[in-house]
Amino acid sequence: MLLQQGPAETTVYMVAGYAVIFGVMLAYLASLWVRRNNLAQDLQVLQEMEQKQ
Amino acid sequence: MQSKPRLLSILDAVTVALLLIATGMVFFYAPEEAVMGQVQRVFYFHVAAGWVGMLGFLVAAVAGIAYLRSGERKWDITGLAAVEIGMAFAFINVITGSIWARPIWNTWWTWDPRLTTATIMLLIYAAYLMLRSGIEDPDRRARFGAVYAIVGFISVPLTFFSARLFRTIHPVVIGSNQPGAEGAFDMTPKMLQTFLFSLLVFSFIFVDLLWHRVRLGWLQDKVEQLKLKTMG
Repeated sequence: MLLQQGPAETTVYMVAGYAVIFGVMLAYLASLWVRRNNLAQDLQVLQEMEQKQ
Repeated sequence: MQSKPRLLSILDAVTVALLLIATGMVFFYAPEEAVMGQVQRVFYFHVAAGWVGMLGFLVAAVAGIAYLRSGERKWDITGLAAVEIGMAFAFINVITGSIWARPIWNTWWTWDPRLTTATIMLLIYAAYLMLRSGIEDPDRRARFGAVYAIVGFISVPLTFFSARLFRTIHPVVIGSNQPGAEGAFDMTPKMLQTFLFSLLVFSFIFVDLLWHRVRLGWLQDKVEQLKLKTMG
């Protein structure tokens, strides 16, 4: 890189980096959402069972 | 199930807005670095993600101490939430570092002290989650988790200072670089503003996610207790 003229062409790596950043953040948000929905369903079923008992 | 607090909704909106501004600053406000080119822009969120990772592990250690002192469930839930978020961001930090390294160091990976300690830190906290999943009794799980989070935190300062204490090619932001550091650059005022703003925004993201994850933990607790009551 010392003998290059102007900045190196590294756009594809930048795109890959930000794809990982937003991809992982979105995946984590999705996991929170899925887990919350599953727990809410479980809670509803358990509350119904408790009422029947 | 408790409804979402108004303050959390406001925090969600503020965090998303701040993230959009930070992203705009990274791509349109900060100038292109003269040697590395566009890939240098990964630096802003790479360091910010590393900061959130370490912050998460710090919060987990503090929550661990608080749990051992008080025995209150809230500290166990907070500790687990902090580790989980810390791991997600430490993972982002390691992977984006590898992507940056490919054009700058001409390799995806090298067993440099900083990279090695960061990976060990990540594995230590992965083991924390595995340890917890292997213990049935909630009190025992919380106690073991608290002790592990405190002891595991040793890996955090070790990772942070590894680029300053050992011979490494990893550049540092705070302090002076090692003679062999590759990929270091001088920050212009606009770069510095973008960097500091990114750190602030990621701190907001951490608080917001922690709040959501703690709420999830309480819900999980409620379901577990109800299960024991109805089925036991």
